[in-house]
Amino acid sequence: MNPQKKFIAAPGGIIPNPGNTADRQTGDWRVKRPVIDMERCTHCMICWIYCPDSAIVAKEGRFIEFDLVHCKGCGICAEECPPNCIDMIEELTFQNINGTSGDEQ
Amino acid sequence: MKPLPSDSTIEMKDAIGTVKSTAKSLSGGFAVAEAMRQTNPDVVACYPITPSTLVVEKFSELVANGEVDTEFVAVESEHSALSACLAATAAGVRSQTASSSQGLAYMWEVLYAVSGLRLPVVLHCANRALSAPINIHGDHTDTMGARDSGWIQLYAENPQEAYDNALAAVRIAEHPDVLLPVLGSQDGYTVTHSVERVDVLPDKEVKKFVGQYTPKSALLDIENPVTFGPLVSPKHAFELKLQGIEAMSRAEDVIDSIGEEFAFLTGRPLDSVELYRMEDAELVMVVIGSVAGTARVAIDRLRSDGTKAGLLKIRSYRPFPSTRICEVLGGKKAVAVLDRALSPGAPYSPLYTDICAALYSHGVILPLASFVHGIGGRDTYPKQIIEAFQRIEEKLKVGESMNQTEYLGIT
Repeated sequence: MNPQKKFIAAPGGIIPNPGNTADRQTGDWRVKRPVIDMERCTHCMICWIYCPDSAIVAKEGRFIEFDLVHCKGCGICAEECPPNCIDMIEELTFQNINGTSGDEQ
Repeated sequence: MKPLPSDSTIEMKDAIGTVKSTAKSLSGGFAVAEAMRQTNPDVVACYPITPSTLVVEKFSELVANGEVDTEFVAVESEHSALSACLAATAAGVRSQTASSSQGLAYMWEVLYAVSGLRLPVVLHCANRALSAPINIHGDHTDTMGARDSGWIQLYAENPQEAYDNALAAVRIAEHPDVLLPVLGSQDGYTVTHSVERVDVLPDKEVKKFVGQYTPKSALLDIENPVTFGPLVSPKHAFELKLQGIEAMSRAEDVIDSIGEEFAFLTGRPLDSVELYRMEDAELVMVVIGSVAGTARVAIDRLRSDGTKAGLLKIRSYRPFPSTRICEVLGGKKAVAVLDRALSPGAPYSPLYTDICAALYSHGVILPLASFVHGIGGRDTYPKQIIEAFQRIEEKLKVGESMNQTEYLGIT
């Protein structure tokens, strides 16, 4: 994941490079963070299907991690998880709120 | 005297510009339509409203007659008119519209969208009072209300200047250092419906002058896709709005340089301000719009009676040429500002407030009197302006304060 780049806006706020959201920290207003119990995860990938962003990182059909730079904490994954192994935990209980080193803010 | 037929043409013998113009008898509204014909914008979206109707009426006739290639969009409202222009310019073409008063008010939220997106749309405005009471005549309340919307505002004194501004506006708006929409204004009826001599440039010269619109980014440029109008968070919105402020300040130089280029063709200066008998003037009146002609007559009469009066006409109200104004007004005995708009509850009307702020910030402190005239289309006569000058002279003599706004022509 690219660290947040210095923002130089094109006149009028035009976005000249499509798909650049991947480079932007868009999850910084999350109130609750999804936390998974990997012991109970069956890799059914229901969370990956339901995530309205693309904040479930998967590899070869298996759950790897949450992309906390982009996850907005909507909780849909926790709601839909069949084995109920995702919990939504208050961000305030974590030391860094953005899921990154916290220095880039 | 035999009236001049509206399409009659006279060869100009006294042209001082490098290009031979053709004199036509045109109203301000038709003069703008003529400039639009020569500019041949790609899209014109309009909803007619008095007194800007002349522009729309004439231009739609040109479209119907195939004299322009313009896609004319007869929209259902002014909000849609400006929205169509916004979209057309974002798509990558040149677009223009025209409106007045309630129509401009109805465009309000789109005004900010166009300037915020930095789209060089040109809006031809015929100044008219805002309801209520309903009144179709000229005053500056409509455009003065739009002064913070991020549009460049040019005001014309007569049909000639309305034509000149309509051509210069295209270049100013599209200049890469500017990229801001331009609102070209003329007083409703006083200018829009007054038929005067207008020197019209040859079509090919205008074509050369306005050139091609080549936007850096366009929605229809499918090779280089871009996003227009994304949500911008507090993290970046401030900087984007400041870019508009910087562009507006760069526009000051651009307006003057395009004015010089235009003057080279026509022989008519097109500066951000116009001065009349200012060199040795002691008392100065600052005006906007058609009243400048009346003020010139008044000043000539005052001069013949020994009063050293002068005139400063503001052509570019946004950007406000503060430095130039202060250079010109510094050292004068007193200045009278003649507004044609009201700002209820504000200390003064808009032009006075701007002149006052410009002078104070440049350390130019002098007696500054506030006058308001012509609200709801009331005529202003040279006599009233002469009396205004005389009252200032008298107040200066007895050392009386000038801080009370006076309203001219109130019965």
